[in-house]
Amino acid sequence: MNKLVNWVDERLPIVDAWNKHLAKYYAPKNFNFWYFFGSLAMLVLVNQLVTGIWLTMSYNPSAEGAFASVEYIMRDVEWGWLLRYLHSTGASAFFVVVYLHMFRGLMYGSYQKPRELIWIFGMLIYLVLMAEAFMGYLLPWGQMSYWGAQVIVNLFGAIPVIGEDLSLWIRGDYLISGITLNRFFALHVVALPIVLLGLVVLHILALHEVGSNNPDGIDIKKNKDENGIPKDGIPFHPYYSVHDLMGVGVFFFIFFIVVFYFPEMGGLFLEKPNFEPANNLKTPEHIAPVWYFTPFYAMLRAVTVDLFGLDAKFWGVVVMGAAIAILFVLPWLDKSPVRSIRYKGWLSKIALAIFVVSFVVLGYLGIVPATEGRTIAAQILTVLYFLYFILMPFYTRMEKTKPVPERVTG
Amino acid sequence: MRKLIFGLFIAILPALGLAAAPGGPLDTMKPDHTNKESLQSGAALFTNYCMGCHSMEYARYKRVSDDLEIPAELFEENLIFTGAKIGELMKISMSKDMAAGWFGAPPPDLTLVTRVRGESWVYSYLRGFYKDDSRPLGVNNVVFDNVGMPHVMVEMQGLCAVEPKIGVGASVEPLSGNINNSDVCPEYAIEGSMSSADFDRAMWDLTNFMSYMGDPVKVERERLGIFVLIFVAIFFIFAYLLNREYWKDVH
Repeated sequence: MNKLVNWVDERLPIVDAWNKHLAKYYAPKNFNFWYFFGSLAMLVLVNQLVTGIWLTMSYNPSAEGAFASVEYIMRDVEWGWLLRYLHSTGASAFFVVVYLHMFRGLMYGSYQKPRELIWIFGMLIYLVLMAEAFMGYLLPWGQMSYWGAQVIVNLFGAIPVIGEDLSLWIRGDYLISGITLNRFFALHVVALPIVLLGLVVLHILALHEVGSNNPDGIDIKKNKDENGIPKDGIPFHPYYSVHDLMGVGVFFFIFFIVVFYFPEMGGLFLEKPNFEPANNLKTPEHIAPVWYFTPFYAMLRAVTVDLFGLDAKFWGVVVMGAAIAILFVLPWLDKSPVRSIRYKGWLSKIALAIFVVSFVVLGYLGIVPATEGRTIAAQILTVLYFLYFILMPFYTRMEKTKPVPERVTG
Repeated sequence: MRKLIFGLFIAILPALGLAAAPGGPLDTMKPDHTNKESLQSGAALFTNYCMGCHSMEYARYKRVSDDLEIPAELFEENLIFTGAKIGELMKISMSKDMAAGWFGAPPPDLTLVTRVRGESWVYSYLRGFYKDDSRPLGVNNVVFDNVGMPHVMVEMQGLCAVEPKIGVGASVEPLSGNINNSDVCPEYAIEGSMSSADFDRAMWDLTNFMSYMGDPVKVERERLGIFVLIFVAIFFIFAYLLNREYWKDVH
């Protein structure tokens, strides 16, 4: 065994890589609950790739055959139902863990210098993930697949001058059709996964270059022992590999409860109209995207005024795009001398709480049909969402922060 | 912070209650896919009364015969009317184009109808027909206004003269002991061959069968789930102990 390792190592630096990224990657010893979600995101990614490959073996990417082939997978393919539910539940689980992972970053200031690039790669992953989920959702070719895609692609039509041509170019047809289905399939199973994997590698390489942040937001590299090892650091492997294994256990327990007992999650993970084949002559009464897009969908619908001679729909698209784009510049909006929410002032704490509440409630408002009252609520919450970012340079500078300890706590 | 997380979950809760169907109140129907007798009776009703017009083209006869423990020969003799082989998909002979000409829209495939509309809706719909001379077929339905389908089971249920009371449960008057709403239909224009209770039971079986067809693997899935969860729980215990062993020297 050792001989084999040596043989390979002389030709490929596997020992070096193992040490750099696992055995001698020193992570702060005070990681808490919130630090499970990075490795869990990786686990879900593997689940999506593996189940996705097997689903592709029986799926038929054509307007005539797509819906029936999904039911064929559910009924006639050995264990097909399990592969399909693992994949569909995995899609939602991916967003659950990614949202919690991002929230961790917001809480402990993990985007602050020197981790700006990690944050940006992470945001790109999030963006690609959204595209991946959106295109994947068209593939079952159900009513909600079809009309959801119709609504979203039509959004591009709101852009002045080039809009109509742009949405035509995306669809490859005058309406969502088999042509759209085929290209979304190609992007979903080949192009986007490649981009996603590349970005994950960059995200982790950038992380391992500067080292992990921690709940105290302390730079553990400032306190090193005589061997140059951070005093508050422990090797990722075995300490965090066994720790994460525990997280995997808890995650799988919840995940499998959904897969085996609530695969539709009351219409949240698999929407009811999607059990009806796509029909371009019959618009569903209420079109709602899957839950992970609904905060942005609520913002889109919240914009109801025409401005500068441009349609409200266009401004809705702008607001929706800005809501995601503003996350990219977060590292430069936070002017606080401390990273972690533990040592920030009460202004930051309130701002984060308001942000979380507005995001979650917007998510709810994006699922239910719009009423006048709900639209007003969505407008207020959209403003609050943006204020969290726009006011950040001010409240993070103004507030009184607590002193940060030298060494990590707890 | 703990409060914040709790608040987050509370905020998500209302979103989980969205399963309610649109429209008026329905009679609740909770399917039981382990009740083979009910499923068999439902299969007989479906193939005899529904499959003239409605296909279940994503499912195969063979699967039904296996899952419902109906011997293949018996099944082929009594429940397949199209001359199809038992391994084939449950299609119908009526072409969609012709059906569209006759009914305005082709009768929909019903393999997944309970997953689109829910069991309670289907159960209420099947019992919701009543006499309405303003409609071309002379009938209407309380849960599906201006329905395009005739009342196929009129010889069993009879034809209700007024709107049936769907979504109003039977109740006992405490003083007199009289039972109210024991029959969904208070007044019949045509008497049927079945009593109201028998017809309800038959429609329950039919809905149960359709629910099974929408999700045929449910019983097996829920049985397997227990083993998977037990495995994960045991895995967690070992992971926990392993973690504790390693972390002893850190704390």
